[in-house]
Amino acid sequence: MNSNEIQYEKHLAFRRKKSRIFRHMCLAASLFGLFFLGCLFYNIFSNGFSYLSLNFISNFPSRFPEKAGILSAISGSIWLMSLTALFSIPIGVAASIYLEEFAPKKAFMKLIEINISNLAGVPSVVYGLLGLAVFVRVFGLGRSILSGAMTMSLLVLPVIIIASREAIKTVPDSLRYAALALGATKWQMVKDHVLPSALPGIMTGIILSLSRAIGETAPLLVVGALGFVAFTPKSPMDAFTVLPIQIFNWASRPQAEFHKLAAAGIIVLLVVLLIMNSIAIYLRYRFQNRNK
Amino acid sequence: MKFVRLKEVPVHIFLLFSTLLSVCTTIAIVFFLFKESLVFFKEVSVFEYLFGTKWTPLFHPQHFGFLPLLSGTLLIAFCSAIVSIPLGVMTAIYLSEYANSKVRTWLKPVLEILSGIPTVVYGYFALTFVTPILKYLFPSTLVFNAASASIVVGVMTLPMIASLSDDAMRAVPRSLRDAGYALGATKAEVSAKIVFPAALSGVLASFVLAISRAIGETMAVTLAAGATPNLTINPLESVQTMTSYIVQLSLGDTPHGTLEYQTLFVIGVTLFLITLLMNFISELILRKYRQKYE
Repeated sequence: MNSNEIQYEKHLAFRRKKSRIFRHMCLAASLFGLFFLGCLFYNIFSNGFSYLSLNFISNFPSRFPEKAGILSAISGSIWLMSLTALFSIPIGVAASIYLEEFAPKKAFMKLIEINISNLAGVPSVVYGLLGLAVFVRVFGLGRSILSGAMTMSLLVLPVIIIASREAIKTVPDSLRYAALALGATKWQMVKDHVLPSALPGIMTGIILSLSRAIGETAPLLVVGALGFVAFTPKSPMDAFTVLPIQIFNWASRPQAEFHKLAAAGIIVLLVVLLIMNSIAIYLRYRFQNRNK
Repeated sequence: MKFVRLKEVPVHIFLLFSTLLSVCTTIAIVFFLFKESLVFFKEVSVFEYLFGTKWTPLFHPQHFGFLPLLSGTLLIAFCSAIVSIPLGVMTAIYLSEYANSKVRTWLKPVLEILSGIPTVVYGYFALTFVTPILKYLFPSTLVFNAASASIVVGVMTLPMIASLSDDAMRAVPRSLRDAGYALGATKAEVSAKIVFPAALSGVLASFVLAISRAIGETMAVTLAAGATPNLTINPLESVQTMTSYIVQLSLGDTPHGTLEYQTLFVIGVTLFLITLLMNFISELILRKYRQKYE
């Protein structure tokens, strides 16, 4: 071996070593996310677990941490999400049907599509301002559940539309042609064939976007949800709070006891999210297997 | 042969109405935010707003200089990018170049969990876990500080970068990698010097989207970074962002029609324009520099 070759071998060994190090660094970066997630869960469970009890679920918030609970927050969240689902699901699915099945392929429709994807990127707090200006002031609905739910609906609509369109796209064209060839009108084709076969996919999208809405805090604060509510709402016009706002309220107090309450609230919120996401994953899994 | 049954007409109208609602939303956002902002700019000059260095709308003497809020927002966006960009890109490289399909199918969804956790939870975590650690490392850290908020916002936006960049890198054809190997490159060299540049448009677009999301992020920042409009570049100090100002004002009972109330919408419109611009830039990067591989 002459000196050039020796140098080459040395350099090659160095490059290989660098390659190995790079690989480990990439692996470490990927695991960092998991590590962070682990710390987060550990921190929340170790802080909040001792405050979890039936009383925590069935009590109203209180100045005394040991008596405080999330009853008003949970009922507010249920009210809000039911109304949001009521408004956003029909409109979102209808819009996605229109865009996928009925819309003429024109520049205007392209514009609407760009508009929808841009709306999905608007910060949620801006939707809160829109809700404050339109629903609270112009419509005169006040700081009510209804204002909050309408604001939330506008927020989740683009997400529902995008997800539903993806699901409708996966329906094979042969199904459409078969229906049309048998004399079905376009709406009959959509209603009897396209929708049923896209339904699991649409449901997955809806559940995922609603589960995002459950954790949403900022727009509701702007619309005027309250931090302290000691009653359960009776009508859509009542004042309200929701679980994330209750958590925010407790977390922003200086006392450690309230931080633990916040952690207990977070556990409840995460469990709800976990359940919703499992349903979505289950539906997606069934959907994938059926299409094979 | 366009014909619609008479009784289906309402259905068609409903479908079209639903679609147009999204356009109405955009128009309403722009209309109301601008309308309320104009009231503000009748009292305060645009110059003072854009270049003033004091933001004290809630006490006298009132100052409406937007720079402290902008600097707070940018500080957090920048520091969160320091966390999310290297980690996100390296995760993407691992996912697309190294991980086998088994690892991919569980690692990707687990990382997505990070972006599904409500932001108020991140805020809580920053306050009760990250800040104490920072305080231990740097004793001068304040209770509310930009660094802690930036770290959690960075982790929050990491899956977005990882997932979009992974998609972009996987779209790079195998032949390019094989050409690299044929020339004797190591795996790291192929990943960093061939795949990464080839996927650059998608990767850059993901950066811009992640930063745009960091700018619009609200609850984690409100909880962790505090509420002091502060013209500083020291991440260990407390800062206020545009979003956390909106929350702070919403929590108080600001009467409708006052100048303070109008600031909500001025900040809102500024935020809206900044994020719109960033989303537009990322779209532009994707369009203009997208490499077409056949």
